[in-house]
Amino acid sequence: MTEQDEDRADAWFHALSDRTRRDILRRVLAGEHSVSALARSYDMSFAAVQKHVAVLEKAGLLTKRRQGREALASGDVEAVRSVGAMLTDLEALWRGRISRMDELFAADTQHTTDTTPTHGTD
Amino acid sequence: MPVTDVQHDLDALTLTITADFAAPVERVWEVYADPRQLERVWGPPGYPATFVDHDLTPGGRMNYYMTSPEGEKYYAYWDVTGVDEPERFTFRDGFALDETFTPNPDMPVSSQVYDFAAGDGTTRATFVATYASAEALQQVLDMGVVEGSTLAINQIDELLAS
Repeated sequence: MTEQDEDRADAWFHALSDRTRRDILRRVLAGEHSVSALARSYDMSFAAVQKHVAVLEKAGLLTKRRQGREALASGDVEAVRSVGAMLTDLEALWRGRISRMDELFAADTQHTTDTTPTHGTD
Repeated sequence: MPVTDVQHDLDALTLTITADFAAPVERVWEVYADPRQLERVWGPPGYPATFVDHDLTPGGRMNYYMTSPEGEKYYAYWDVTGVDEPERFTFRDGFALDETFTPNPDMPVSSQVYDFAAGDGTTRATFVATYASAEALQQVLDMGVVEGSTLAINQIDELLAS
């Protein structure tokens, strides 16, 4: 690990050492939330929630953008990419199934064009 | 290649795959209506599927298991929610605890919609799978059934799961 990686790991572990921050991160990974909507989910002041969001942002786990008077928070791009990777894995399973169906239908055609009345060996 | 389109919706956690089959829609339907044909296509290489119960009717149950190369069995089920033969069926796909096929409450359930549109002796199939959360998706992949995993488990995912 480089010094930079170590710093990043420190920031991550610090950010994730708090259960409220872990909960906030779960929410914003699932979709963008306004900081005020997040604040309403917890039994603490808006300022306290805002502070938690800032710690996550500093650790690079969360990004914020402004829309009018609202600050909108969403999960880090890398994490979203990991969702993309997971969907890609499922896609591989699906492509396999589709190609096996295709082979099954191709075998039908062979059977119908076959002059012998017996089926194939499968 | 029969696959014509793939859509990943990262926000809705939905995978949509479109495929064109060189077979009439009734023939495509038959694959799902006949457990022996379904077994030939469902399991990935090395993980053959065995359908123990097969009831493709609204409210029906499909119980099956996949056997790993090491002989480990993964029990799973479909709760069939809607059937409109031969055009469409919907089901909830979940994992079971054991050979009793009792749903495993700790594992996620995904929602599946299969549509088959008739062409000229061909079929356009659209498969839509929706997962409840990123964690649910991760859990499904952690079962290890999906071959050739491209997934390098993200450090963040691990930390969140702990």
